[in-house]
Amino acid sequence: MTRKQKRLAVIGGGMSFIIAAVLLVMFAFSQSVAYFYMPSDLAKTPVAPETRIRLGGLVGEGSIVRGNGSTVLFAVTDPSGESVRVRYAGILPDLFREGQGVVTEGRFEGASHEFVADTVLAKHDEKYMPKEVADKLKEQGLWQHAGEPQ
Amino acid sequence: MIIEIGHYALILALATALVVSVVPVIGARRLDRAMMDLASVGSLAMFALVAFSFAVLTYAHVVSDFSVANVWENSHSLVPLLFKLSGVWGNHEGSMMLWLLILVLFSALVALFGRNLPDTLRANVLAVQAWISVAFILFILLTSNPFMRLDPAPAEGKDLNPVLQDVGLAIHPPLLYLGYVGFSVCFSFAVAALLEGRIDAAWARWVRPWTLAAWTFLTLGIAMGSYWAYYELGWGGWWFWDPVENASFMPWLAGTALLHSALVMEKREALKIWTVLLAILTFSLSLMGTFLVRSGVLTSVHAFASDPTRGVFVLFILLIFIGGSLSLFAFRAPQLSAGGLFAPISREGALVLNNLILTVACGTVLTGTLYPLLLETLTGDKISVGPPFFNMTFGLLMAPLLVIVPFGPLLAWKRGDLLAVLQRLYLVAILAFVVAVVFFYVQHGGPVLAVLGLAAALFLIFGAIADLWYRAGVGKVAASVAWRRLAGLPRSAFGTALAHAGLGVAVLGIVAVTTFETEHVIEMKPGQTVEAGGYAVRFDGMKPATGPNYSEERGHFTISRGGVEVADVWSSKRVYTARQMPTTEAGIVTFGLSQLYVSLGDPTNDGGMVVRIWWKPFILCIWGGAVIMAIGGFVSLSDRRLRVGAPNRRAKPLRPALEPAE
Repeated sequence: MTRKQKRLAVIGGGMSFIIAAVLLVMFAFSQSVAYFYMPSDLAKTPVAPETRIRLGGLVGEGSIVRGNGSTVLFAVTDPSGESVRVRYAGILPDLFREGQGVVTEGRFEGASHEFVADTVLAKHDEKYMPKEVADKLKEQGLWQHAGEPQ
Repeated sequence: MIIEIGHYALILALATALVVSVVPVIGARRLDRAMMDLASVGSLAMFALVAFSFAVLTYAHVVSDFSVANVWENSHSLVPLLFKLSGVWGNHEGSMMLWLLILVLFSALVALFGRNLPDTLRANVLAVQAWISVAFILFILLTSNPFMRLDPAPAEGKDLNPVLQDVGLAIHPPLLYLGYVGFSVCFSFAVAALLEGRIDAAWARWVRPWTLAAWTFLTLGIAMGSYWAYYELGWGGWWFWDPVENASFMPWLAGTALLHSALVMEKREALKIWTVLLAILTFSLSLMGTFLVRSGVLTSVHAFASDPTRGVFVLFILLIFIGGSLSLFAFRAPQLSAGGLFAPISREGALVLNNLILTVACGTVLTGTLYPLLLETLTGDKISVGPPFFNMTFGLLMAPLLVIVPFGPLLAWKRGDLLAVLQRLYLVAILAFVVAVVFFYVQHGGPVLAVLGLAAALFLIFGAIADLWYRAGVGKVAASVAWRRLAGLPRSAFGTALAHAGLGVAVLGIVAVTTFETEHVIEMKPGQTVEAGGYAVRFDGMKPATGPNYSEERGHFTISRGGVEVADVWSSKRVYTARQMPTTEAGIVTFGLSQLYVSLGDPTNDGGMVVRIWWKPFILCIWGGAVIMAIGGFVSLSDRRLRVGAPNRRAKPLRPALEPAE
């Protein structure tokens, strides 16, 4: 191989690795990105069952019901009055309370209107409001400085 | 009064930093010795002033001076002393002070140990460090002043966030910042080289110890953070691909690449421009990490209440430094002499491959971290990019690197003989595969892909040993000769072997935990038993208890194997009195390298408790591997050839450095 061919081979190899990486990233995005919705968004534009999404809002007052074993049922609501029933099997984060902001991840099972969550996001800080929830509440003009830092 | 003096010291530090930012650069241009020497003196003074200021803040926390807003918001008179001390950086203002302290510490270290540097380079490096210091002191003084007073002073503080009341807070941030901020030195060296318009192999030799030190601390810092999140958050995970985690992981990936490319530059005078760029990018990623963590623009499981206006300030710092340094790079790089070409099959060829994979993998992490932000800005859609994305992209891209790592050190510089290396490594590969199959069989189960993962991990470990083995010539020469040769190997050879083996150990832990871990989430009543990892875990019941600043409900669990009691553990739910904030304290029992992890949920309606029990086989390998890597870093750092300040004469003089571009 001449010097030039060698250089071309090296550059070609590097480029094909980068292209492979870009394709992989695009494929992974199409497979594994979860969109964020609030109950009022879902009322306007429902998502297909089995699509992985993030559902956020406030935990409905008086909505927490303990089922068998570790199953918990609760409602995610937003101030516009819409709400979605959520079923979750597992341990809830320490700061999970009625009336508090919450983000859950999962999907609607079959055609039911019940959202099956496999993740309920925990927060380190009691003053913290999930950013998506705070933004959406601000959009709706219902932000009450509950999560604002002092 | 003392508080105001601390505040004033910080303002003086700003003034000093401004002087050091300007005067030495002019001095380096005019070759004025006095002006250049100001850099060292100024950097030491800056360190003294910031250290004093930091000490004042620490003092305020220790004596619980609640007239200081920062202390009132983040401390409490009942908090144990250790947490009063570590609580200094357990909040936004204090953590920025720690950031600054470590930045000026590095400046002072360069001033102290950089005596062997050419005068102009040292002056420029310290000036660039001072630019960064100016930016961050301004940031602290204008947006995050920790010395703000309250009048009248409250009688009691609001308490430190309970999640932070842990030794982890005392260790993790300082280590992490030593790494993250340590890369500022590499950045300053790169910018200084661009300012001077010249660069040579000696530059790489000066930069490498700093890179290595920063990398070593960052490795420890990330591992410590991972372990802390694992035991403190109570949900048993050790890595979440969370933006805050990625923020520290990206500089680590880039820094690892930098470490290897600087090696090529030092030994072969090649990859110069690339190394300079990588030095700039590594610290840029550190700055970006600071922005992501401090601004709260991304939803993170580790997020604290954050203030967007501060984010904007950091964003400005980010844009000025990244934009400025990259513009300078674009302007000057063509004038730097390009390195020579080399054969693809050689040590340097392998190191280039290492750089390619690490930077591309770092790029995918960056894309995954920033994509939600980009999409939200462009379309308003809110998305989350989770672990499946990173596992698919990062995992697949890094896999080839694991296989090629053992080849690198065995290949010769300039022209390597791949066939000869294959002959040396094929036995190692077979051994790794056999051990992996046996290991897999003993652990029974999991996807067959795991065998490959385990084999790759073992190949890394055995390959590192094989490298030392062949270097010493074991089997070819008499044992005593081999032993003497082994003892005579440079420390950096041991450092390399340790770091590579440590990577293998960490990968082994990751594969083993991912594949063989078991999880039970069940409702347990007192007396009930669950089987996990071959151990029987019996729930004995709950008991209330109180600590200095919390009250808790503790669950007692007895662990037995084959009917014999082997251990017992408490797992609790705490409520911290001052903030009325609940936390979960997991109960963890270690068996060899594996752990049983018991975490409490809520009580159920019929008197039971929801309990989560994990069996985490070989989980300690993950952090143990990182510690071995860091030990490798320290061993390598102690190598005389690398030691900062050690004479760098060579038998043959270096090729004369290129003339400045002007």
